[in-house]
Amino acid sequence: MQQKFGGAVKRAEVIWGETVVYVEPASVHDVIRWLHDDPSQRYDFLSDVTAVEYRDSEVPIEVVWHLRSLPFRRFLRVKSQIPKGQPLEIASVYDIYRSADWLERECYDMFGIRFRGHPDLRRILMWEQYKEGFPLRKDFPLRGRFSRSEQLRQALAQNPEARYSMEELTIADAFAELPNDMRERLSKGERTGE
Amino acid sequence: MARRTVEVELSTTGLDSQGRPQRVPILTDDGGGGLALQAPPGIEPDLNGEHMLINIGPQHPATHGVLRLVLELDGETVVRCIPHIGYLHCGFEKMGEYRQYNQIICWTDREDYLNSIGNNVAFALGAERLFGIEITERCKVLRVIASELSRIMSHLVWLGTFCIDIGAFTPFLWAFQRREEIYRLLEKWIGARLTTSATRVGGMAADIPNGWMDGLRQFIRTFPHTLDEIDRVLTKNAIWVGRTVGLGVMTPEEAINWGLSGPMLRASGVDYDVRKDFPYLDYETYDFEVPVGTNGDVYDRYLVRFEELRQSVRILQQAADRLPDGPVNIDDPRVILPPKSKATSEMESMIHHFKVVMEGPRPPIGESYFAVESPKGEKGYYMVSDGTAKPVRWRIRPPSFVNLAAIPKMVEGHLLSDVIAINASIDIVMGEIDR
Repeated sequence: MQQKFGGAVKRAEVIWGETVVYVEPASVHDVIRWLHDDPSQRYDFLSDVTAVEYRDSEVPIEVVWHLRSLPFRRFLRVKSQIPKGQPLEIASVYDIYRSADWLERECYDMFGIRFRGHPDLRRILMWEQYKEGFPLRKDFPLRGRFSRSEQLRQALAQNPEARYSMEELTIADAFAELPNDMRERLSKGERTGE
Repeated sequence: MARRTVEVELSTTGLDSQGRPQRVPILTDDGGGGLALQAPPGIEPDLNGEHMLINIGPQHPATHGVLRLVLELDGETVVRCIPHIGYLHCGFEKMGEYRQYNQIICWTDREDYLNSIGNNVAFALGAERLFGIEITERCKVLRVIASELSRIMSHLVWLGTFCIDIGAFTPFLWAFQRREEIYRLLEKWIGARLTTSATRVGGMAADIPNGWMDGLRQFIRTFPHTLDEIDRVLTKNAIWVGRTVGLGVMTPEEAINWGLSGPMLRASGVDYDVRKDFPYLDYETYDFEVPVGTNGDVYDRYLVRFEELRQSVRILQQAADRLPDGPVNIDDPRVILPPKSKATSEMESMIHHFKVVMEGPRPPIGESYFAVESPKGEKGYYMVSDGTAKPVRWRIRPPSFVNLAAIPKMVEGHLLSDVIAINASIDIVMGEIDR
C-alpha cells in the first residue's frame, strides 16, 4: 500500500492486534476506493466513520474509518489527521459505501467535519436548528453552551408545527397554508422549517 | 426477484386433494406465468399523481420508540421515506469522556436497553483489550452465558412486538413470559433486571450464586417448547407468510454496501457473524450454526432470528456444561477491587480499594475497537486512551443506527401497512440509535 500511494500513506502500526494506517487527508478517498475495489484487498464493509479530538489541543483532529473485508475476514483502521488551522473538511466515501450516509452525517453533527461530496449533509441527532455548536468537540462544555434557562426558552419558543423540513413541505404541496414568514423564507431557498 | 412459493397451511382448506399442504403463490415482481396476484398495469385509475405526506411517530407504538418517519404516499404506495431520529439523544459518548471506565459500564445498559448485559460484556471486552488484560476462563464462560441470555431476551422482545405489529397477539404473551424467566435469573445473579451493569474491567460484578445453574438448566430444558409452539403458530401461517414474504428485499451486495449487519445481513444471504469470523470469548470452540437466509426479505429475517434463538440455547447448554471453577476476576489490584472484608482489615487492600474507586484504573496510551455480535448486529466499542483514567473518546458503533439508515431503500414501492412490518423487521432500539 505504501508503495502504491507513496507519501500519501504516512505510517502504519499495529495496536492490540489492529492495523492502523495513517493517510493524508487529500488522498483518503483514493486510498479507500483502492481498498474497496482492489481484488487483493476487497474491504467491502464499512463498519464505522467517526472522529477523535484529543485533550491536547496541539494534536490535530483525526477522522477514523473502520473497514472490514468480508471475503478475507480482515479488519483495518484508516486514520487521517486534519492539520491545525485548516478547515475541517474531508472527502466523503458516500459514493463507495452507502453506509457512510448516516455515519458521516453523525460525524458532522457531533464534530462539525464537513464531508465533501456527501449529498445530504445535515444534522441527524441534534435538530436542524440547533445553534450551540458541535457537542463532541473538546471546547464544548458538558452542560451545553447555553444556560438552562436559555435552553428552556429556546425549546418553548419553537413551533412544533414547523417541524417539517422545507423539502417535505414542498412535497406536501402545503405551500399555500404556511404562515407568511415561512413562505417568505421558503421562497428565498432556505431548507429548514421553523 | 424470482418467483417464490412458500408452503403454507391454510386454516380453512389446509390440505389439497392428495393430502399435502397447499402451496400458495406469493406476489412477485416478474408477474408472468398467470400466477401473479397483482392487478395488470393500466387498470389503476390515474389520480393525477397527487401525493400525500403522512407522518408516523415519534410517539407511535409501531415505531418501536421515538422514531419518526415522514412518508410521501401515492395512493397507498410509499414513494419516499424520510426518517427523523434524535429524539432520545442523551450524549452518552460525551459523558463517557468525563467518567472512568467502570463508570461507563452503567451507560452501556441504557443505550440498547433490551440487550443491556450483552452491552456490558462488549464494553468490558473492549476496555480489556485497551488495558491489555487477559480474563479468567470462568469469566469467559459466564460472559458467554450472559451474552446469549441477553440475545434470547432481545430476540423475544423483537418477536413479540413484531407479532403485535403484524396483528398476532398470542406469541407476544408467550415470548414475554419466557423473557420474564430470564429476568428472574438475572435478578438472582446481578440484583438488577434491566440495567444490569454486570461486568467490570477485568471480571464480573458478582459470581453466580449457589444453585443458579439449576435455574439456567431448567430454562434451557423448557425454552425450546415455547419456540416450537411459536413456530407452529407463525412459520407456516398463511396470514403471517402473506404479510412478510417479499417485503423490504435487500440483495447481498446492497446489504453489504449499506452496512447492514447481524440478522439483517444474514437474511440477505451473507454469511457474516462476528462470533464466527472474528471470534471473541472463545466462541470458536462452541458448536453452533449461523443461520443464513436466501431472499433478504422480512420473512427471512424472521426465520434467521428464530433459528438464532435455537442456536443460542445450544450455546447456553454447552457453556453450562463447561463452566469451570476458579476465580472470576483477574488477580490485579490495580484494576479489580479487593474483597470488602480485606479492604476494611488490611492496609494495603484499603489503599488499592481507595485508588481503584477514586482514581480509577489507568490503561496505557492506545486505542481499541472491539466488535461483538449483538442481537441487532455488529456492535463495536471504539475507545481511545491518552493514559489517564478517562477515555479521550468513547464511541459506540450502533448496529441498529446503520440498519435503520437503509429503511428508505427498503420501504420504497411498498404499501403503507408494509412499512410497519419492514420497520419491525429491522429490530431497532431507539436508545441505541440516538444514544
